[in-house]
Amino acid sequence: MTAAGLPDAEITLGRLAEKMRGAVAFDAKLIGIHSGGAWIAERLAEMLDGRHPVGYIDVSFYRDDYAQKGLHAKLATTTLPFEVGASRIVLVDDVLYTGRSVRAALNEIFDYGRPESIELAVLIDRGGRELPIEPTYVGARVAVARDLSVVLQRHLDGSLELSLESANGGGRA
Amino acid sequence: MRNPQLGPGGELQHLLTLEGLPPEVIGRILDTAVPFVSIAERDVKKVPLLRGKTVFNLFFENSTRTRTTFEIAAKRLSADVINLNIGVSSTTKGETLLDTIDNLVAMNADMFVVRHSQSGAPHLIAQHLSTTGRGGIHVINAGDGRHGHPTQGLLDLFTIRHYKQEFHALTVAIVGDVLHSRVARSLIQGLTTLGTPEVRVVGPQTLLPTAVERMGVRVFHDMRAGLAGCDVVVMLRLQSERMKGALLPSAGEYFKHYGLTAEKLRLAKPDAIVMHPGPMNRGVEIDSAVADGKHSVILPQVTFGIAVRMAVMSILAGSQVPA
Repeated sequence: MTAAGLPDAEITLGRLAEKMRGAVAFDAKLIGIHSGGAWIAERLAEMLDGRHPVGYIDVSFYRDDYAQKGLHAKLATTTLPFEVGASRIVLVDDVLYTGRSVRAALNEIFDYGRPESIELAVLIDRGGRELPIEPTYVGARVAVARDLSVVLQRHLDGSLELSLESANGGGRA
Repeated sequence: MRNPQLGPGGELQHLLTLEGLPPEVIGRILDTAVPFVSIAERDVKKVPLLRGKTVFNLFFENSTRTRTTFEIAAKRLSADVINLNIGVSSTTKGETLLDTIDNLVAMNADMFVVRHSQSGAPHLIAQHLSTTGRGGIHVINAGDGRHGHPTQGLLDLFTIRHYKQEFHALTVAIVGDVLHSRVARSLIQGLTTLGTPEVRVVGPQTLLPTAVERMGVRVFHDMRAGLAGCDVVVMLRLQSERMKGALLPSAGEYFKHYGLTAEKLRLAKPDAIVMHPGPMNRGVEIDSAVADGKHSVILPQVTFGIAVRMAVMSILAGSQVPA
């Protein structure tokens, strides 16, 4: 599949970090949505000033399409190695689309405690929201046809790359 | 013949037995259980997967522990759980098993967890549901007669994998009353499906099924020989009613030959784990020092059992209704 029309992932990540620098609380905790958001969160923790512990969330148990699609075959474990209660949190995802993953992640985070605030940082905002969810920080906004998915990959050397794949049966983001 | 537990696409519709279940289906259940373990450590010990679903625990035979773990599993998935001890209600008034099921279906049940003293009862219920066009209702076998106890087998497999990672180099000894044990049957089936090279059964001739070798196990009547070099020792509960018949001389005699003591356990590998499905008879099949000792993983088994049951329920409830 071609990545025509997609920005370079590394440059976009740099832009996202630039926007967050100085705006994100110095002690904000980053929670990456498995798996692309987790990679972005790890990179942002290195790039941003201050101390930003990283947690991981797998929203499979909170998805609203469970009744139609069942449980994902490959699950990751949600790991939040810090107190969620009274924390300032930045939720991180690779691609923001319908907003359903973010809705699921918000619900799951509240089952760990009551955070002081939650912001949302995404590498790519491709529009097409089906819920009233808006990101706080965006790397790049792109327009992509409905029948395509924007997929983030991580290479062995840790570098990130965006590509397009045909969306078989609805967007995940 | 198609496995009645699996849908046309090979997805799990019911969990009736581990016999004939493909290794990838067992592997998927074990993988799915991993993230469920940590839910018990959170502020809110619940996820919304089965929200709005109604799970009936149908216990035609008493078992407080198994019923409780299924109840906790369903509640942590946000399901509504109804416990029915049917042994003391409808059937004593003459209602048949399938009439009971039809009544509960009329109350919009989504899942049945069935414990029955008759082998094959959960299978009969699953078959009844699919032949009457209600295949979207799922059945989990929580122990049927001497036949099987698949979720116990799965939690045993999960526990072994948790401590030993892989099955392909393990020696596992199952010790005691294999003859009457559905736990042993399910575990042997699971272990052989996942490629465990050596599964041993250890016990007196009177408590081993005839031709048990056909299940792919090695038979030992001498416990010391049976434990030598083992990675995993699974002790089975000796039911007290077995003592009354001609099968065994006495509890003391049994303990002497087949009770697990620290001294006998030393014959297994130094990092061997000791398992028991519970409830334990201390001083009959297992010595207290071993049950509470550093090799024992008996209490983690209970914790893992809830996660494994959550995994089974959420895979079943998320599977598509066959057309």
